[in-house]
Amino acid sequence: MKAKALVPLALFVALLGFFAVALWHAQTRDAHEIPSPLIDKPAPTFKLTQLHTPDKTLSLADMKGQVWLLNVWASWCVACREEHPVLVDFATKKVLPIIGLNYKDKRDDGLAWLAAGGDPYTTSVVDTDGRVGIDYGVYGVPETFLIDGNGRIRFKQIGPITPEVLDKVLLPKIKELQRG
Amino acid sequence: MVKLLRVLATAFGLMLLSSSAFADAPDPVLEARVNKIAVRLRCLVCQNQSIAESQADLANDLRRQVREMLVAGKSEKDILDFMVERYGDFVLYDPPFQMTTLLLWGGPAALMLIALSGFAWTVRARRRQASAPMLSDADKAHARALLDDAGDNRNNNENPA
Repeated sequence: MKAKALVPLALFVALLGFFAVALWHAQTRDAHEIPSPLIDKPAPTFKLTQLHTPDKTLSLADMKGQVWLLNVWASWCVACREEHPVLVDFATKKVLPIIGLNYKDKRDDGLAWLAAGGDPYTTSVVDTDGRVGIDYGVYGVPETFLIDGNGRIRFKQIGPITPEVLDKVLLPKIKELQRG
Repeated sequence: MVKLLRVLATAFGLMLLSSSAFADAPDPVLEARVNKIAVRLRCLVCQNQSIAESQADLANDLRRQVREMLVAGKSEKDILDFMVERYGDFVLYDPPFQMTTLLLWGGPAALMLIALSGFAWTVRARRRQASAPMLSDADKAHARALLDDAGDNRNNNENPA
């Protein structure tokens, strides 16, 4: 009889447990970050005109054999302002090619943005209507894809690359992939 | 007067309809099909709206994508698969039934089952209690003896000899 009286209490404690886990989850992980189904899958192909030289194109195949970053950016993107100096600084170390995907932007605006804040990109390509963005599952700029020598997406950063993300997450992964 | 109001209301309603339906929709039949699929897709920027409701830029692009795929003769399943390939299961408003969503889909039914069996168990316990005699014959005799005893005592108290 005593044990039975404890059943409601036990249920209540179990419920509290569920709440605690959910709260903890909400605090440690951003609900806006949706895991990409593209991780470890071949990067979607693209062939896009370059931002600086509109008569030239760059395609996924051109990047084969090297580990590289695809950084999705736009002049209208507020969070990109936070990320940009980090990328400019990182680019000077020449760790790997960084390809910029100028997403749903006007060419002049994109060029002006790079002229003002510095150009960290090996090459920037233009995705005016956002179709390549859809293929890559882009839903919030900036986003960054780490792609290996076989053209597979190995990591996706949603939101700006901060110095912390760069040192603790991105660089170790880059080093690991570059070792082969 | 009432008639005039009704005419005005109808005209206003038609105006609303036409402005919303034909703003970017030359083909209402196609647009209805786009919408049928769009309500099943989550807008990942706003998350609590479907891409049919959202005016976010991405939702516009995804509606355009759906429209183009329909025009190209793709089925609804083709289009949903296309979206899931790129954005993951989260893009679907109805999560698919699989191992990771087992608790989500089965949870309510399991809870209902537990509640119902608890209810049945309680009812049966009560019924057993009700049908069982409250006191056995021995208990009754014992109770009568005690009552008689008490009665004697009271009599004694009331009429002290």
